[in-house]
Amino acid sequence: MKCTIKAFGISKEIVGGKTIIIDLPDGNTALELKNHLFVKYPSLAKLNSVYVAVNNEYAEDGLILKEGDEIALIPPVSGG
Amino acid sequence: MIKITEKPIDIQKVIDTASSLGAGAVNVFIGTVRNNAHGKNVRWLEYEAYESMAVSEIRKIIDEASHRWPLLGWAVSHRVGTLKPGEVSVVVAVSAPHRQQSFEACQFVIDTIKAKAPIFKKEIFEDGEEWVSAHPVGVMLN
Repeated sequence: MKCTIKAFGISKEIVGGKTIIIDLPDGNTALELKNHLFVKYPSLAKLNSVYVAVNNEYAEDGLILKEGDEIALIPPVSGG
Repeated sequence: MIKITEKPIDIQKVIDTASSLGAGAVNVFIGTVRNNAHGKNVRWLEYEAYESMAVSEIRKIIDEASHRWPLLGWAVSHRVGTLKPGEVSVVVAVSAPHRQQSFEACQFVIDTIKAKAPIFKKEIFEDGEEWVSAHPVGVMLN
């Protein structure tokens, strides 16, 4: 399935844009998405942390991604 | 009120929104841009937010604070975009019957926003720039 991933902060600079589209096998989890991205963009793995957010919620590693989910890459937060 | 805005924060509005006739205290936290970090001069900061999720996370934080303390009112406003030293980046205001509750709740809200909300800042120095907390100290991106 085609997944549109929003990227923020330094992750936007690493993947080269505010959104990227990647092809994932159906039934892939948030962890599998992260591992796919770490291979494609090795600099992501050097960050202190990378979370995946699905539909505006932090996703557990085992969360299964579905067509139409709003998916985002959350690098280390630094608000305030 | 939870607001993410590019415009300078209307601090009085945040205070007024949080205030309540039943409150003995309104506690206000004002976050400001510091002119130095890691021993270097900060020229400016760039803030970015995943806005929809930041609002939802802040709402959850307020909900939790409202369960832990008897809050009568609250408001949060966070600025995004380019901010110079001295400018206000975030304002959190809560009101409660008694001051101890208001101190604790206000600290909880800002501390948890800083830990959880998908908001990101980049420091711009004379000789480079750095996304805060992105890397362990001493690691550089190629």
